[in-house]
Amino acid sequence: MKQVLLLHALLLYAATGGFAAIIKVHAAANSIHQAIEQAHSGDTLLLQQGFYREHDILVSKKLTITGQGLPVIDGENKYQVFIIAADSVLIQGLQIQHIGKGSVIDMAGIKIINAKCVTIRNNRFINNTYGVYLQNSNRCYIVNNTIHSDTKGEINGGNGIHAWKCEGLGIKGNSISGHRDGIYFEFVTHSYIADNTSFENARYGLHFMFSHNDRYAQNTFMDNGAGVAVMYSRGVVMYDNAFNHNWGDASYGLLLKEITDSKIEHNRFIKNTVGIHMESTTRVDVRHNLFSENGWGVRVQASCSGSNFVENNFIGNSFDVTTNGTMMLNVFNHNYWDKYDGYDLDKNNVGDVSYYPVSVYSVITEKIPPAMILYHSLLTNIMEQVEKVMPSIIPDMLKDDQPMMKKLKL
Amino acid sequence: MRTIIKYVLFDLLRNKTIIVYALILAAITISVSGMGDNASKGLLSLLNITLLFVPIISILFSTIYFFNSVEFTELLLAQPIRRKTMLLAQYAGIAIALSIAYLAGVGIPVCILYYTAATITLLVSGLFLTLIFSALALLIFVLFKDKTKGIGAAIITALFFTLLFDGLLLSFIYSFSDYPVDKPLLGLISLNPVDLARVLVLLQLDVAVMMGYSGALFKKFMGSATGSIYTVICMLCWTVIPLIIAARVFKKKDI
Amino acid sequence: MIEITQLTKTFRKFKALDDISLHFERGQTISLLGPNGSGKTTLIKSILGLVIPGKGTIKINGAVIKDQWDYRSQIGYMPQIGRYPENMTIGQVIKMLKEIRKDCKRYDEELIEGFNIPAVQHKTMRSLSGGTRQKVSACLAFLFSPEIFILDEPTAGLDPVASELLKDKIIKERANGKLILITSHVLSDLDDITSHIVYLQEGKLLLYKTVEELKKVTGQEKLNKIIAAIMQKNHPKECLHYENNY
Repeated sequence: MKQVLLLHALLLYAATGGFAAIIKVHAAANSIHQAIEQAHSGDTLLLQQGFYREHDILVSKKLTITGQGLPVIDGENKYQVFIIAADSVLIQGLQIQHIGKGSVIDMAGIKIINAKCVTIRNNRFINNTYGVYLQNSNRCYIVNNTIHSDTKGEINGGNGIHAWKCEGLGIKGNSISGHRDGIYFEFVTHSYIADNTSFENARYGLHFMFSHNDRYAQNTFMDNGAGVAVMYSRGVVMYDNAFNHNWGDASYGLLLKEITDSKIEHNRFIKNTVGIHMESTTRVDVRHNLFSENGWGVRVQASCSGSNFVENNFIGNSFDVTTNGTMMLNVFNHNYWDKYDGYDLDKNNVGDVSYYPVSVYSVITEKIPPAMILYHSLLTNIMEQVEKVMPSIIPDMLKDDQPMMKKLKL
Repeated sequence: MRTIIKYVLFDLLRNKTIIVYALILAAITISVSGMGDNASKGLLSLLNITLLFVPIISILFSTIYFFNSVEFTELLLAQPIRRKTMLLAQYAGIAIALSIAYLAGVGIPVCILYYTAATITLLVSGLFLTLIFSALALLIFVLFKDKTKGIGAAIITALFFTLLFDGLLLSFIYSFSDYPVDKPLLGLISLNPVDLARVLVLLQLDVAVMMGYSGALFKKFMGSATGSIYTVICMLCWTVIPLIIAARVFKKKDI
Repeated sequence: MIEITQLTKTFRKFKALDDISLHFERGQTISLLGPNGSGKTTLIKSILGLVIPGKGTIKINGAVIKDQWDYRSQIGYMPQIGRYPENMTIGQVIKMLKEIRKDCKRYDEELIEGFNIPAVQHKTMRSLSGGTRQKVSACLAFLFSPEIFILDEPTAGLDPVASELLKDKIIKERANGKLILITSHVLSDLDDITSHIVYLQEGKLLLYKTVEELKKVTGQEKLNKIIAAIMQKNHPKECLHYENNY
């Protein structure tokens, strides 16, 4: 029986061109470079604990590079570290730090170029211009990494995870902070972003451009300069994410621009300047979300059409909904509005009179922003009350005909 | 002067209206703080209350008090006292009494509940409003001989600054919406101590971002040290100028 | 002691005082008489500096009082209506005035004791009757033993005992060489104390004579009779309307 097994192993060895070797690497000048050079495809490099001053490490073979005891690879603020140009490479357990900033090329902790099925997991990326940089690479997995930069507020910095022209990516369980954009997608399709925490990034926690049919779920986006932006994309599913405290003069929980056929469901927008800002969107379904304590709950520009806002909870927002026109081609239905003070005589839990979520003062400030200077003055408080009794300025097409009497369970 | 201030205070601190004023403020402060779960929201409600109650109560109470004590004023003026001394001492007495009421009603609970920079700004603004509106009351007192007319003027003044001014400001913004009005607005706001107080406190709270671009401009200016000094100077002017005018007019007034 | 020359005061169009010239000296008790709106109170207030006259000058002890304030230390003033801060006690009011008048160390507390004020001094002003308030006003006027007394309706609202006490005090002070100016509509109260009569009508000075002179001219003994006689002589058509504040 033993002999059969051995034979089997030998056969396997023959098929792959030899035994997959495990090579231990210790910190020394150019030790990783040399190890990669000597290694064969399929080998595993075990990087031992230590401080490696190496850069521009080109991985052009199918290797597994594993750190033991979190070895540190330092770019000395001048260089980039790994460049992966082979399929099925796995990098794990490393700390990659101090990547330089190039004016000609984008320098990254790990750069994946034209490769497939690369996995980057359980690494730490500290103070890098770009953390992980994917270019024309499909089906790669970026899992459980910590990507942090101290260069806060630097809008010219790099992104935590940057993907350009990829397909089928999986980005899961990462914590990204202090970069320009936490996660940046451009021409990335059929990808999945889940369980990530993206916070305190200078610009967006997540930035989508021309990226279709992607799905992101269960992520948390907090305290980012301008929140999350999804632009010029279609078929995006946003599910069960938390958009918290994206608070600032030009900040959003979620900014949608030219988005088509997308879904926004079961998300929580809490304490953002604007919960969702929508511009030129078509057929976006907004369901079962919570909008709480935002400056503006939802800001729907008149250029949006065919969107449904159904069964959302609006609680404690300064303004629930604003718009910049009188036309409204979107539907609000069955939402719960804490400001609703209608009645429900037939006790079917649906209010008998319509709710107009746009307040008169928000209409005025939308038209002439300087009027915001009167925020919280007695005058505007009175205006709100008067308009409630006799609506005249607010867009009467924007209304919820079936406002819920009780908070919805989401 | 000190003697008169002392005795006016003696009298006012046992005045029922002042005590009720302090108690109502305290009740509102505590109930508002109990309801809101976050400090920013609680302070916002307190700001609204301060902006509404302090000007109206200060000006009305002071005006009525000045008119009611006109006979005693006459008696005191028959003593060897300068008119200016007498008038300013009375003002100081009433302003101190109202300030104490405000601090007792709002200041103490709010400092115990949430003590932040915004709280201090709120209290300073509230105190300034007290000083300003009792100074305006003094001006009304010296300008009008008749108590009823004086009270009418006090109500109109309070209404003007809490409501009408903002209406005019809004129509100004409306008619000049095609022009950059942010900077002129900054100047116009200085003409209304209530707005000045409101913006000052709002800038300290995180709702400041609601004010968008204008807010950014305001924050840049009023949030800076220069801005704070400017605001304080404006508030001081609003206190001192009515007092100077009142003292001037009072010098020539027949009692 | 008080020298008034060509005093004129106009309220809007109404002439309250019209070219009044008067001279008062020590040891005189002047009764200021005249119908409602004749300018009595305006005259008093002009002397006190409460009303700023349009024309004319007032000199006290030779010095013009315009824009001055310290001359008032020589005047004790008892207003027509005494209203005091509601929540202050009598004791506090008296103490306050004493503190204001730091220049005066010698207090004349004869009236305070006479009216038995110490017994009620813990009472707040709010709780006092009009008469008691009037007593307090009287006490304050006499407290700093001034040279000049200006008493506006001093006996109004006082009970007969207090009234008599006050009159005795006035007579006593006059004997001390003080100058006393009194307005009152109860002419009988002025009978024993007055030395001179000033009669004003529509802001004009109608009469300034000693009581003795008037008695001789009219042949009457009582003040109200004297006045009636003069009025009938000078203005037969006009009735006398004495001030009525109730």
